[in-house]
Amino acid sequence: MNWKAFGAMLARDAHVARRNAIQLFFQTFLQPLLFVFIFGRVMVGSGYMPPQYKSLLLPGIIAISMVFTGIWAVAMPLIAEFQWTREIEDRLLAPIDIRWIAIEKVLAGMIQAAVAGLVVIPLAWLVLGRGVGLSVQSPVEFIAIVLLVSAFSACGGLALGCSMNQQHIGLMFSMLLTPMIFFGCTYYPWSALDKFPILQKAVLINPIVYASEGMRGTLVPQFPHLSTLATLAALLFFDVVLLVVGLRQFDKKAIS
Amino acid sequence: MAVGVRTQDLRKIYSSAPPMAAGGFVARGSAKGSKQPKPQITALDGLSLEIQPGEIFGLLGPNGAGKSTTVGVLTTRVRPTSGQAWIGPHDVWKEQAEVKHLIGVVPQRPNHDFSLTAREILIFHAAYFGMGSKERNERADSLLEKFKLTDRANQMVRGFSGGMMQRLSIARAMMHDPKVLFLDEPSAGLDPQTRILLWDIIRDYNREGKTILLTTHYMEEADALCHRLAIVDHGKIIALDTPHQLKASIPGGYLLRLRFGNQTPELLQRLQSLAGVREVRSNDGTGTDVYADRGGSLIPEIAAVAVSAGGELSDVHISEPSLENLFLHHTGRSLRD
Repeated sequence: MNWKAFGAMLARDAHVARRNAIQLFFQTFLQPLLFVFIFGRVMVGSGYMPPQYKSLLLPGIIAISMVFTGIWAVAMPLIAEFQWTREIEDRLLAPIDIRWIAIEKVLAGMIQAAVAGLVVIPLAWLVLGRGVGLSVQSPVEFIAIVLLVSAFSACGGLALGCSMNQQHIGLMFSMLLTPMIFFGCTYYPWSALDKFPILQKAVLINPIVYASEGMRGTLVPQFPHLSTLATLAALLFFDVVLLVVGLRQFDKKAIS
Repeated sequence: MAVGVRTQDLRKIYSSAPPMAAGGFVARGSAKGSKQPKPQITALDGLSLEIQPGEIFGLLGPNGAGKSTTVGVLTTRVRPTSGQAWIGPHDVWKEQAEVKHLIGVVPQRPNHDFSLTAREILIFHAAYFGMGSKERNERADSLLEKFKLTDRANQMVRGFSGGMMQRLSIARAMMHDPKVLFLDEPSAGLDPQTRILLWDIIRDYNREGKTILLTTHYMEEADALCHRLAIVDHGKIIALDTPHQLKASIPGGYLLRLRFGNQTPELLQRLQSLAGVREVRSNDGTGTDVYADRGGSLIPEIAAVAVSAGGELSDVHISEPSLENLFLHHTGRSLRD
């Protein structure tokens, strides 16, 4: 393992992220904050939603921000670099096993996703005003959830970025990510689907369910949520599957 | 110490269009949804060669001959279907990291990191190879100077011209001081001035004891630069020697491409008997290639023979001994076909 090359690639990604910091900031935070403002502030303030919806909504928003950021941070550059600019070729020729190049991308994506999740908390708090009842009872569980959700989003980005063609990017968002987010228990808890038993079972194949329920279980345990242990196990399962698929697809793209 | 390159019986069969690493040729599979098996494309068909340490070696051939695939295999980017390749003592597919330390690659199409400036591209490249900070800064500055890019060093490469991108590609490939430099069609799309600069740079680098493998379909380039040359067609080497020896192997040296109003077997026979004519080949009745040891002085005799055989000479093209003729002689096709 060539740690120098791995570190240099991570430094390159950090350098590029720093250079695009303002763009990245708006890309990552504008949408969740608007959502928080309309649903958490306007709807609650005007009485259409109960006050406790603020606290229920926030974990889901954190999960969405993390998933979007991780997928975007890994998939978009890979799609462009493999198909359009081919700029990844220079790194493929670095003296390191090419799987580590994919893992570096995942690590960089994980860092971005985790930062996105952690920065959304205070920002959303500011937007929501008073009445948000977050309580982290087990920091270890919270950290584990953040890590596994980051890994899920970055590994998902790797698998998607190495499987999608450039012309399918729009489709990826409208046909895959949007339904995953809406059926991902992001804006409502899983228990809210009690009246829709078939849907309630079906959404369990959606990894975002475990991301938002895991966040809910560690940040706002006063609301009903799936068991944290189960969400951790499910997220770990999706992380491993997506990493294995992603690495295989990366290898296929990188070597003809 | 200089490092050699060797391949043994390389075969590469693509079952779909060759992806990016192979570059070069376009061959699409059957239309979407059809049940026909994907067409198989043989890009390399048992290619063996040995490049001596410190040599400038050229692969010459038309588009789709297998040149880029050969470079792809030797630079760890294309996995051969069978066969082996070595850079120095290292097996390309078993010791990839060691191989990648030894090689520098100038791709056919620029693939610069669009998120970085020219200088950062060089610095990060060196960092991937573990070069220390002071050393990589110094080397980047000296290469930028050498390639006349100093004044654009801190600009993003997005706005660079083709020639500047190409110069930067070569600078980047040289950053980690590789023992073997691969250049895939290095002068495609360059203006004549930049091409001369490029040739000087390649010769200079070679003088430092580096091995150079370049692919080209420009005769002049192969002729001017290469110590030895392999002519590649349909994934095979069809001739391998020094440019001088290769040219000397064309019968007669001169090639006269002729067209007659009416081309009869008798006419061909009589052409063959003219003094100085070494070989006569008919091209499907549309024209005739005559290899001979003289050029223009043969034309009056050919014209006379044509008239007496009842077929008027309608078109003449004379080319002097060249690698183009050599390719034509071996394959029956022009390099530009």
